[in-house]
Amino acid sequence: MKKGYIVLIAIAVIILSIFFWFKNTYNSMVASRENVTAQWSNVENQYQRRLDLIPNLVNTVKGYAAHEENTLTDVVNARAKATQMQININQLDETTMKKLNQAQGELSSALSRLMAISENYPNLKANQNFLDLQAQLEGTENRIAVERRKFNETARQYNASIQQFPRNILAGMFGFTAKPYFEANAGAENAPKVEF
Amino acid sequence: MKKLIFFTLLLITSLAARTQDFPTPMHPRRIVNDFTGTFTPQQTAALEKKLRNFNDTSSTQIAVVTVPSLYGYAPNDYAQQLAEKWGIGQKGKDNGILVLLKPKKNNENGQVAIAVGYGLEGVIPDAIASRIIRNEMLPAFRQNDYYTGINKATDILMQLSAGEFTADQYAKKNNNDTGRWIFLPFLVVFLVPLMLRKKRRFDSNDRHQSGGTGFPPIFFGGGGSGFGSFSSGSGSFGGFGGGSFGGGGASGSW
Repeated sequence: MKKGYIVLIAIAVIILSIFFWFKNTYNSMVASRENVTAQWSNVENQYQRRLDLIPNLVNTVKGYAAHEENTLTDVVNARAKATQMQININQLDETTMKKLNQAQGELSSALSRLMAISENYPNLKANQNFLDLQAQLEGTENRIAVERRKFNETARQYNASIQQFPRNILAGMFGFTAKPYFEANAGAENAPKVEF
Repeated sequence: MKKLIFFTLLLITSLAARTQDFPTPMHPRRIVNDFTGTFTPQQTAALEKKLRNFNDTSSTQIAVVTVPSLYGYAPNDYAQQLAEKWGIGQKGKDNGILVLLKPKKNNENGQVAIAVGYGLEGVIPDAIASRIIRNEMLPAFRQNDYYTGINKATDILMQLSAGEFTADQYAKKNNNDTGRWIFLPFLVVFLVPLMLRKKRRFDSNDRHQSGGTGFPPIFFGGGGSGFGSFSSGSGSFGGFGGGSFGGGGASGSW
């Protein structure tokens, strides 16, 4: 009889400790995933901020350089494309990340072409409004770089936490999947230079 | 999966390599870290005293750092990373500003950046930081007068972050539209005597210095007594407080 109790208690202890391990691991993975989600929305906020700046910028440039139509429409089109690329964190994987990078990259290069042609218009370069917009764009590009870097950092922590044994068993059971990183290819981590 | 691991490794190694590009703060702790010896000891002391006083009264930390190279980073990118690493400003308030200067060398452009902490982005928007660089700093820097540019810019940054005038008022002032800027007379009446009184001592120091031997500033310790004097100026500087930076600010080059 006494032996039976001991066995029962032992089983209860084992079950309880497994339960607490499950609970702690699961909760810490959830917290870590929440960090990634929060950081993702920071990245999206900064991309949005850039999208919001563009109409104003395009209009200002138009006033001085109306016949640079190609460059201006390039920016407008690239912006439209990037606007459609809002990615929910749950849909974020290698493929969607690639698409996002492509759309935002196209916008970046269209914008830098726009900034390059404005070099040819002294009146535009002397316009306070344009100079302010240019400074805001530069600041936003820098913020995007910062938030992307922070995203990579949080995603790295999260990915490491769900891929370690034995956590990976639990992660697999509850559908915790690894998050992709922003490419660290040459210069992508540095904000593009908007300089005159 | 393999790709992920590869990128993780790449990220780690690139992070490790990159930390070397950023200097560690000088010892003993100070708010003006002149790694290039761009300022004379008197100028460093004057800046140090002014910015320490401001830190003591407002807890806002405006750090001035000069570096010999940006190691290929864009100026505001470098400024943000350095400011974040050093933790300029107070934790939670994020009220730090970094004025980063890479002086012009023979064939390299000079570069300057103002990094604004999260907590001050509202009072010093990017466009205003950019105006401060264009209007206060670059004209002086082009004359090789680094101290005047930095001194003027830090004055305005101090006034903006203390709320003595707003970004809009500063912007209007710089549109050469002073007529609309009705606060100007008040500022002149109240602030200028104050500033003059505070500055007179440093100015006379400067004049003394420039009239002197014209020491190349590279001889860092060569200034003699002037260099040590700032630490006795206003107590010790407690170091940077762990403020955070999101990439706000502006940059310029000449």
